Amino acid sequence: MLSALLVMAAIAIVLGAVLGFAAIKFRVEGNPLVDQIDAILPQTQCGQCGFPGCKPYATAIADGEADINKCPPGGEDGIHKLADLLGMEFKPLGGDAVSKPKSVAIIDESTCIGCTLCIQACPVDAIVGAAKQMHTIIAAECTGCELCVAPCPVDCISMQVIEEKISNWKWKYPVYSLNAVEAIQIAATGTAR
Amino acid sequence: MRTLYHFHGGIHPPSNKTQSTQTAIARAPLPSLLIVPLQQHAGETAKPVVQAGDHVLKGQLIGMPDGFVSSAVHAPTSGTIAAVDMQLIAHPSGLPNLCATLIPDGKDEWVALKPVDDYRSHSPAELQQLLRMGGVVGLGGAAFPSDIKVRIGKQKITTLILNGAECEPYITCDDMLMCERAAEIVQGAEILRFMLDANEVLIGVEDNKPEAIAALQQAITASGPVLQQNKRYEVVAIPTIYPGGSAKQLIRVLTGLEVPSGKLPTDIGVQCFNVATAYSVHRALVKGEPLISRIVTITGNVREAQNFEALIGTPIAELVALAEALPDTDAYIMGGPMMGFPLPAVHVPLVKATNCIIAASKKIFPPPPPAMPCIRCTRCVEVCPADLQPQDLYWFAQSKEFGRAQAFSLFDCIECGACSYVCPSHIPLVQYYRFAKSEIRAREHDKQLADQARVRHEYHEQRLEREKREKAEKLAAKEKAAQAAKLASAQPLTPQQQTEQAELAASRAHIRQLAQSEVEHTDEGVTK
Repeated sequence: MLSALLVMAAIAIVLGAVLGFAAIKFRVEGNPLVDQIDAILPQTQCGQCGFPGCKPYATAIADGEADINKCPPGGEDGIHKLADLLGMEFKPLGGDAVSKPKSVAIIDESTCIGCTLCIQACPVDAIVGAAKQMHTIIAAECTGCELCVAPCPVDCISMQVIEEKISNWKWKYPVYSLNAVEAIQIAATGTAR
Repeated sequence: MRTLYHFHGGIHPPSNKTQSTQTAIARAPLPSLLIVPLQQHAGETAKPVVQAGDHVLKGQLIGMPDGFVSSAVHAPTSGTIAAVDMQLIAHPSGLPNLCATLIPDGKDEWVALKPVDDYRSHSPAELQQLLRMGGVVGLGGAAFPSDIKVRIGKQKITTLILNGAECEPYITCDDMLMCERAAEIVQGAEILRFMLDANEVLIGVEDNKPEAIAALQQAITASGPVLQQNKRYEVVAIPTIYPGGSAKQLIRVLTGLEVPSGKLPTDIGVQCFNVATAYSVHRALVKGEPLISRIVTITGNVREAQNFEALIGTPIAELVALAEALPDTDAYIMGGPMMGFPLPAVHVPLVKATNCIIAASKKIFPPPPPAMPCIRCTRCVEVCPADLQPQDLYWFAQSKEFGRAQAFSLFDCIECGACSYVCPSHIPLVQYYRFAKSEIRAREHDKQLADQARVRHEYHEQRLEREKREKAEKLAAKEKAAQAAKLASAQPLTPQQQTEQAELAASRAHIRQLAQSEVEHTDEGVTK
């Protein structure tokens, strides 16, 4: 009886030590869920979700403080992915936010007065310029967050939708076209073939 | 006799090749205008180095390669550049791209050519540069810059394969080229073999082209002195089965080796070039002539199907006029009936990748019956040359489950169209695969951009943090210095002065405290 107890106690101590060691050795820094959510978010850093960037929004979702349908640039697709990851139901985009086509900001360089306000507003440092010097946007780095549009005192920044070019063209989902000629024939003759 | 191997599946569509092999290759007359796209190759668009109004000579550089995967573009004849602007090109999207429009002056005057006397005395890097600046790209259809394909990696290339299979119906441009210009092909092959340092050269030709096989064999015997004696050259007749001319399938048939999923032929010591590419390598190096023309088959619903040697940039309308397209032609297909696509307009220019133009009519290509649901008969599985499960890929593509499609090796699909050809439900399977592939590529691209934006945003935050810290440190250092200076210059003070100073210090501390709390407030306002 006593030996059995001792054996059980010894096993408990050994296993406890192993678990304790593992808890320290394999400790996960931060919440891994935050990174997974952050990887789905489009990283426009636009703040349309009410948080100052994608990472804070991801943290809020992980903590259960924010809904998953607050990201207009991510669109429905993003919400679907978040719902899949978190095991939640899909929700349509919240509020009156609409998902806009992807665009980049363009500075009208002849109107720019070089006030640097847009440079301070840009979350990804995609605007080049200095005080009283003309500014310009590095189009390849622009996330289309529109945060630079409002601060501009002379309204020289506009958003331009990215056009479809050969380089970014995609094959479309196959659709079956209706045969217009046949329909006219049927209408004319009143009989189906 | 060589042991040949099989690849899985394959089909036997009617070949329709005899129509266009009755007459020799004809030289197309100089067109009234040439539209030369600056992106005729896989990779980056060449940078235009001419402007409207410039006079150019035949073979003069008009597009400089821009980026690693890129190739040069040259003026196909002498004349005046009328414009460098966006023009409609032969692309399934029907979108315009940057082109140089050239009005020929009729003199067809060459620029000073710089042929290479003895390519063996040049380093591989020099020869690669010559191919790049000669605008040599793969002429089998993918138009991949050839200079990149001759770069030797870690793996030693043992076998160079020349692809003369030409398995798609209707197309005969390679067949005619092999029949008429076999010697140049063999010499081009020897240059490529030299650059790759391969041990053997296998020329794979489908057995429905006996004249081409004979011509190549004769050319190899005749050009014996040019070829290195200890290297083996062999023309191999391979069974006629579609898609036997696809690079991976041809490698399998000739060597029995399989290119692993996601790998390149070079990873297993094989490199593959089209016969027409070998021909243009010869032209570019031995004659110094850049790639400004190619052989193109004009066939289908035409009075006289024929192969033409046409200048790059020739409007396709002028070529089909030479072959006399019949009045009931309703579309023009670039490439073969299996993998080609309808041209957005007939005035688009001929490009380096244009191997064939088929005039289509309802009679030759009746519109496909409406697609029916998949009945999972697995006929597509039986014919798939890439050993895939087309019915599953179709299922995932149409329900947009791209992750699963990728897990089922969607990217090993060569888009040959064999599955669509046999599908009893007439489902446009390849269209679904193309849709899924381009969607996945676009998503990966977006992901890359998002990652880039994330990193930049993190740097941005770090920078703001650092600037704030540096400002505070500077302020503290300044204050400290001021205090030290005061202490140094401090003299015994009267009691009245002492109380005055104490009061001053107290009010300063109070103000600092106030300012500090305000900063905290604004900080809160930002983060919350």
